[in-house]
Amino acid sequence: MTAQVRTMSIAQPTPGAPALAHLVAEAEVGGTSPDDDIPLYAPRRKIYPQSVHGTFRNIKWAVLVVTLAIYYLLPFVRWDRGPNAPSQAVLIDFSNRRFYFFFIEIWPQEVYYLTGLLILAAIILFLMNAVAGRIWCGYLCPQTVWTDLFFAIERLVEGDRREHMQRDARKWTAGTYARKGIKHFLWLIVAWWTGGAWVLYFADAPTLVKELATGEAPFVAYVWIGILTFTTYSLAGHMREQVCLYMCPWPRIQAALTDEYALNVTYRYDRGEPRCSVKKAEQLRARGEPAGDCVDCLQCVHVCPTGVDIRGGADLGCIQCGLCIDACDAIMSKLGRPTGLIAYDTDLNIKRRIEGKPVFYKFLRMRTVLYAAIIAVVGGVMLYTLATRDTEGITVIHDRNPMYVRLSDGAMRNGYTIRIVNKRLKYRDFIVTILGLPSTLVDFVGLPPRADGRQLVTVGPDQTKEVRIVVTDYSNTPPAPSTSILFRLIDIDTGETAEVRDHFFGPS
Amino acid sequence: MADQNKEIDALSGMPTTGHEWDGLRELNIPLPRWWLWLFYITIVWSIGYWIVYPTWPLLTNSTQGVFGYHTRSAVVEDLEALKQQRGAMVEKLAAASLSSIVADPQLLDFARAQGRVAFADNCAPCHGAGGGGAKGYPNLNDDDWLWGGKLTDIEQTIRHGARAGDDKGRSGTMPAFGRDNILKPNEISAVADYARSLSGLPVEPGTDLALGKKVFADNCALCHGPQGKGNREMGAPNLTDKIWLYASDKQTIMQGIQNGRGAVMPAWGGRLSEPIIKALTVYVHTFGGGEK
Repeated sequence: MTAQVRTMSIAQPTPGAPALAHLVAEAEVGGTSPDDDIPLYAPRRKIYPQSVHGTFRNIKWAVLVVTLAIYYLLPFVRWDRGPNAPSQAVLIDFSNRRFYFFFIEIWPQEVYYLTGLLILAAIILFLMNAVAGRIWCGYLCPQTVWTDLFFAIERLVEGDRREHMQRDARKWTAGTYARKGIKHFLWLIVAWWTGGAWVLYFADAPTLVKELATGEAPFVAYVWIGILTFTTYSLAGHMREQVCLYMCPWPRIQAALTDEYALNVTYRYDRGEPRCSVKKAEQLRARGEPAGDCVDCLQCVHVCPTGVDIRGGADLGCIQCGLCIDACDAIMSKLGRPTGLIAYDTDLNIKRRIEGKPVFYKFLRMRTVLYAAIIAVVGGVMLYTLATRDTEGITVIHDRNPMYVRLSDGAMRNGYTIRIVNKRLKYRDFIVTILGLPSTLVDFVGLPPRADGRQLVTVGPDQTKEVRIVVTDYSNTPPAPSTSILFRLIDIDTGETAEVRDHFFGPS
Repeated sequence: MADQNKEIDALSGMPTTGHEWDGLRELNIPLPRWWLWLFYITIVWSIGYWIVYPTWPLLTNSTQGVFGYHTRSAVVEDLEALKQQRGAMVEKLAAASLSSIVADPQLLDFARAQGRVAFADNCAPCHGAGGGGAKGYPNLNDDDWLWGGKLTDIEQTIRHGARAGDDKGRSGTMPAFGRDNILKPNEISAVADYARSLSGLPVEPGTDLALGKKVFADNCALCHGPQGKGNREMGAPNLTDKIWLYASDKQTIMQGIQNGRGAVMPAWGGRLSEPIIKALTVYVHTFGGGEK
């Protein structure tokens, strides 16, 4: 038997089918296989996307500038938190187990905020998809943004599509090599800067920049810069659309999240077909025969960063960046025809136009309303918990062994380990009282009472303190097997309290 | 040949593998080139792994690998690193007196952390995981101490043990009054009831407490004291409190008088390091029963 390479597919028409057929056609041309008629791999078609101008290109430039500016510059934004905490606005402080985001400071046990953020991110993705398709893929995904930047550099150095293709096809000259060298050098600079910005989120940025420049930074910082330089360079420079086609699960997931009302970048074949030249169209129309607006100029294909022909319909490879809309609109304007041959639209509307019905847009659907409601609820819950979260806390662990201790005079004693949490960035004094027992004596191990007789526990800024306390019940009533008691923590300056219930055990 | 079964899927224009499952057929799609290369790279990588790490089993050993890495030596290195890291605090602990350890919150925390581990390793088998004790093994949490509950008392008991043959160890045993024919059975019964009466426990109806009191004064008061309050020099328990090392029932008390008592606590002085003994002392003292 021969080894075979298999991928599952159901025998149903799928959006990806045209692309798959294309891949096979390519593979059959370029592949060789010793004892099977299927090649081992599909050769890649190199894509030379052409530059384009227009509305969506401008939106993409704006998104690129804003997102990259945030990514590269955010670590340098300062936020004064006083002397006991870092002054970096956004900082993931692994060594001290804290996450700082402007006025928010998250402790490890509050990682559920991250869970909430992830839920929000997922539902927002769903909502975007339900409203207008792959907005994330086309405009916001880091793979798209960095690849876009790398394309811009490539065009700057090696020229636009036609020039670049001609140079590559001709015998390579010293100039070709020089251009390619410069391009890869510039790519590596961007990639290196990307990795460099990444590590700045994990340490004080100005200090780390100085350390990196003088070679004194921790080894792990260089390792991470190296890793991210490599991934950025290979993902945005070399793998490009293959990441979307082969690696990313999101195109597959969102196929299940879309519906017939979701706007997608769509070729309006009702208007475009049959394709014919301007001259032929005039002749056909003169004879009263149908003639489409599409002149088959292939501009929509040439500008596509993933090499998709949008006129084939919805496609797995289409990231819906809208650049084909810009390209087509430019051609249509030149021809004096209305723009929008390719536009954000639905297949449903095309069919309605063919049937002569008015177009129909439906944004308020069960799907979008529910997504928006979930976003509102999750966001609201997160805001509420964040706004009302305590800055102090107490946890209690009862001794496991012995559960209770009988003293020589018959009194009962229980031991506890309490941990007091102080999330403020200053020292705080707390009183711990125990309620629920008639007559108790509480001993804080290692903490003698102060001169005024009060037992205070001082907890350092942004710290926790563990204290062992032993509680003795001197009441002469027969001890119950279990008594519910309350540990109350009070900040002596502000009066803020935190409480936790536990038990006082006796012989059963 | 498999080729005979090949058919072309009409929708995708691709060949299938020729099998059909409930109407589903599998397309035969080529892999991307990068996948194939990654696969080859992992094969090459594994060869590098064989060379640098211990890999192939031999008859008595295995190939060692040029890195000289071994999981066991790695553990030894980790432990050494840990000792280095703790070194400063351990030295501080070794130099400090018991009272200054208790007074220094940082040192106290460190001592209790060290003591917790040492207690679980060495003391818990007899005294219980939390020092709760068992029949014959004292509860270390309460306020009733056989040999004294001050820091120095506890340290001496840990270091030299009790009845363990150490010159400075705690000594003093309860004689076997019955077995050695010092007391008669009726006297043992009477003095057992008398001992129970000392802490307010009920006695058997019709028992001769006067005889018990006389037997106690003649035989027991030497160690347990005229009022039965015990003597820490001898490790003689206080008989008037609510805490019983063995049990408070008459049968158990009579067993003790008949056969004597003399439980052994090992001397840990030679076995545990000085800082660990200090840490254990502080840890036991902070169970809650430690005396000032």
